Amino acid sequence: MPLSKANLSVGDQHSEQVVDNLTRTQIIQYAGASGDYNPLHTDEIFTTKVAGYPTVFAHGMLSMGLTGKMLTNYVGDGRLTNYGVRFVSQVWPGDSLTATATVEDIREEDGVSLVDLSVSTINQDGAEVVKGTATARIDD
Amino acid sequence: MATDHFPIEAGHIMLFARSIGDDNPIYHDANAATGTEPGHVIPPPTFVQASAQFTDGYVLRPVVGEPWFGSGKEPTGVKRESSGGGGGTGFHAEQHYEYHAPIQPGDVLKAVDKPGNSWSREGRRGGTLKFNESITEYYNQDGVLVVTARSVGVQTSRVVE
Repeated sequence: MPLSKANLSVGDQHSEQVVDNLTRTQIIQYAGASGDYNPLHTDEIFTTKVAGYPTVFAHGMLSMGLTGKMLTNYVGDGRLTNYGVRFVSQVWPGDSLTATATVEDIREEDGVSLVDLSVSTINQDGAEVVKGTATARIDD
Repeated sequence: MATDHFPIEAGHIMLFARSIGDDNPIYHDANAATGTEPGHVIPPPTFVQASAQFTDGYVLRPVVGEPWFGSGKEPTGVKRESSGGGGGTGFHAEQHYEYHAPIQPGDVLKAVDKPGNSWSREGRRGGTLKFNESITEYYNQDGVLVVTARSVGVQTSRVVE
């Protein structure tokens, strides 16, 4: 259900766990679907022996996609007008991520009601991995 | 990410939605999608990133007959020049989307790259950080701007700790 202006207040929050125990297989699924085959995300031997990381890690765009799932569940299908993030920390296999949207403003632009959201996704240790903003159309 | 031909396909949207763990029927069930506000299957908000599949010469996709930098017999298929112990890596630092008009299976998008800014600063974990911005505009088959994407990449001078 899309959000409505009448039922929203600045400071409202919506949180979802968007992945529990991220698997290497899911990272591979993302590589295959997105077309980003960088071995840093899928190739343990390259990543540890050549690139020098402890193991493979998720595409930033996978954490943005996971975070986007929370947003579309909250604001409704096809309602986003803007969505942007900064990739703050790496996401590793085994991580569990919780994404949160917070209502920052409720406004009108050209006769359309909009909600501005801040977005933050944290891992199981409370470290922020994705930080961003989103705007969505809402009902009156 | 420029391409003249990014076909929006239902199966591709389904696979992309699965990869982000999203089982919302609007991404895979055309019948269920008719009862939603958009009224048709739509892609998830980050889907246009998959235009990489249709971008000629995209560097993070193996090319038939050419060496690939991932592992095979050896940990990498490409001998790197000695970099003086660098070990730096390119990362995706930021991604921003503006959504202008709906997308659905059957659409064929055209992606046009626009130049962005470049800047650098000292980072805490990865040495000197060089940032590069790129802007991609996605137009549909009717010439309507559907999505604007702004991407910021960063090159680190050493392994991020």
